[in-house]
Amino acid sequence: MSGHTGEHADPAVAFESAKLGVWTFLATEVLLFGALFTAYTVFRMKYPEMFRAEHAKLDRVLGAVNTVVLITSSLMVVLGVDAIKRGKARLLEACFGGTILLAAVFLCVKYVEYSAKFHHGIFPRTNLFFSIYFMLTGLHGIHVLLGMGLLSYVIVLSRRGRLSADYFTPAEMSGLYWHFVDLVWIYLFPLLYLIG
Amino acid sequence: MAHGTGHSRSTGIAVFVALVLLTAVTVLVSYVDLGLMNAVVALLIASVKASLVALFFMHLKGESRLVWGFALVPIAFLALIIFGTLADTMLR
Amino acid sequence: MPGDERPEAGGNGRGYLGERGWRSWAFTLDHKRIGAMYLWTTTVFFLVGGVFALLLRLELLSPQARYFSNHTYNIFFTLHGAMMIFLFIIPAIPSGLGNFFIPLHIGARDVAFPRLNLASYWVFAAGFLVIIGSLVAPMDTGWTFYTPYSAKSAAAVTTLSLGIFLIGMSSILTGLNFIVTIHKLRAPGMTWHRLPLFIWGMYATSIIQVIATPVVGVTFLLLAAERVFGVGFFDPAKGGDPVLFQHFFWFYSHPVVYVMILPAMGIVSEVIPVFSRKPIFGYNAIAYSSLAIAFIGFLVWGHHMFTSAMSPLANAIFSFLTFFVAVPTAVKVFNWIATLYRGSITFESPMLYALTFIFLFIVGGLTGPFLGALATNVQLHDTYFVVAHFHYTMMGGTVMGFFAGLHYWFPKMTGRMLNERAARIAWALIFVGFNVTFFTMFVVGTRGMPRRYAEYLPKFQVENVISTIGSAVLAAGILVMCWNFLQGLRKGDPAPANPWRALSLEWRTASPPDTENFHEVPVVTDWPYGYGTPKA
Repeated sequence: MSGHTGEHADPAVAFESAKLGVWTFLATEVLLFGALFTAYTVFRMKYPEMFRAEHAKLDRVLGAVNTVVLITSSLMVVLGVDAIKRGKARLLEACFGGTILLAAVFLCVKYVEYSAKFHHGIFPRTNLFFSIYFMLTGLHGIHVLLGMGLLSYVIVLSRRGRLSADYFTPAEMSGLYWHFVDLVWIYLFPLLYLIG
Repeated sequence: MAHGTGHSRSTGIAVFVALVLLTAVTVLVSYVDLGLMNAVVALLIASVKASLVALFFMHLKGESRLVWGFALVPIAFLALIIFGTLADTMLR
Repeated sequence: MPGDERPEAGGNGRGYLGERGWRSWAFTLDHKRIGAMYLWTTTVFFLVGGVFALLLRLELLSPQARYFSNHTYNIFFTLHGAMMIFLFIIPAIPSGLGNFFIPLHIGARDVAFPRLNLASYWVFAAGFLVIIGSLVAPMDTGWTFYTPYSAKSAAAVTTLSLGIFLIGMSSILTGLNFIVTIHKLRAPGMTWHRLPLFIWGMYATSIIQVIATPVVGVTFLLLAAERVFGVGFFDPAKGGDPVLFQHFFWFYSHPVVYVMILPAMGIVSEVIPVFSRKPIFGYNAIAYSSLAIAFIGFLVWGHHMFTSAMSPLANAIFSFLTFFVAVPTAVKVFNWIATLYRGSITFESPMLYALTFIFLFIVGGLTGPFLGALATNVQLHDTYFVVAHFHYTMMGGTVMGFFAGLHYWFPKMTGRMLNERAARIAWALIFVGFNVTFFTMFVVGTRGMPRRYAEYLPKFQVENVISTIGSAVLAAGILVMCWNFLQGLRKGDPAPANPWRALSLEWRTASPPDTENFHEVPVVTDWPYGYGTPKA
């Protein structure tokens, strides 16, 4: 038996390995965003008035809308993974499709926000608050985009009949990644939009 | 391995409702001036939301100690880099 | 009985090397081939980085900048450092020897994610191609790329930042793969306390890679953003803080020195018992000290920044914590020495390098506390004392460990034996050359010669000339070693499955192993250090 393809003899081991792999990857993401959170903390402590004044320029309502959009997209992922665990591939595809749609809405809202800022002459270089705002939300936005690609790939796998109640690892693992993306925003939103 | 009972779906929806409600709460509180407590409350609510996502959406509840270790250890290092840096920048 | 079984052999006797054609390498999923590709690649960068070092030593023959301009000299030490660190010493043992031997050591057929493993190599390749591309406008910042200079330099900093980001991503993927592999793919009966100590070292290394590397990735992203978007995290004119760059940079770059040393220590822990015919002394202590070194290594990054005007509290805390990392390190040294004591010692080339490691690493390690103590650090920071310290630990340590591993595992990887006489001649040249080159640096460093300057005060010339002579001897030794490897590859004697009569699982496979490593997954009943008994 060739060891090339990396398929472990025992599917349970393969699933657990994949899960550990994704959690390890999420650990790297915690530290990736972590450095930016550190910069945020350092500069907030250093320039409290500037942060208070500048954060008011962010639209709390749009931020809240985006928060709810992401939370809903996470729910769609939960429902999608639940569906494939019951063997319902079409339902999985519909749910993940919904997630991607909501992710697109998220990015559209961010586009609206960004262009409004640019229109008012506010750029990443304008001041440290907006440097942090654009870097943090920009990095997060890239992760949203990558997540959309990942979820699309899962839909493709499902349409090819590769997923079932016995094998749903790609769906579950992509779901873990997506929830993490949601989780980061759960912190970004109050840190950038709400705390004065 | 298939444990797709209706249980996880209803749990998921319940958590979703809680998350949306908490979002509303945190937004409303942000309009009230509580001084320093604004930051504390906002981060506390965010942490509750994050815990719900991690425990239920990401299935941490019911996972092995190993997976819990993988989830929590990075957070310890995050605290390390933040407080280690602040030990310098805030006390110069 | 270990060593008794007929070694597993198959195919045309060439094992995993049998299949030919560039596609069988470029698209391989075999951890052994991926490891071999990393070994070749990192060795090339070692030699190129070494050439830059020789150019530096050439310039330092004279107190004035005679052969190169100051600017060119600065480029050379930047390239020497950056290449050696990012393109050689970080990936060489983990992604090279680690990839090859971790699955074999734990009785697995491959790593947990073979396709990710292949991806890690090609991401690495993309990274070094981008870094080479940045040489159109080479950096002269030193490998530490401190702001504000790196943010304003006319060099291709943004391109280089992207290259290093990719190299870091490769490192992360490798570490991730190893962590899951070690947790999940151990053979039946291979409990954690029956693992070879190389695996404990690699596990601790992988944790550091996964936690620390993302921080440096973001650091270079922010540096690029500073240049491209004008963000001002590190720019005082915009309210930023250049020392923040140093915090982020060293949060990774200090733990990464343990990425460099832990695998080498793992190799030493493998080699010493084999060539002493004695069980390793203090298995648990060595295993846990690897984890302790990894953990404590995260707590001390500020000791690179004592003269950067950090707060007094930060200075004191980082200095205090720095002394603790010596403890688990010393634990290892004592256990190795205790292993040697009353052993039946022979001096084949792997053992020569392992013993050299212990000696040179002790020297390098003992010079650490001088730098960790605040008062002496002020005197010694940015002098040649620091240069000597890290060359004794990184080259006297990691590179000697790497050479030990290469000589130890050469028969297994290639199916051929090296010429021992040539190996010993090379070792002697390397040992003498290394010490002559670098010990003089301790001397001039304490007398105040600063690092990263093409010019120096004439009173330092004698030592510098001696050092340069040493570097020529060192280079000669390395060339002899490389020649020996090439000759061995072409016409070395066929290697038996277990030329060193060692007990870890890789020696139960053929030399070279089959693609699938083991015909049947082994069942493990004992630890791999039962030397000195009638069985071994």
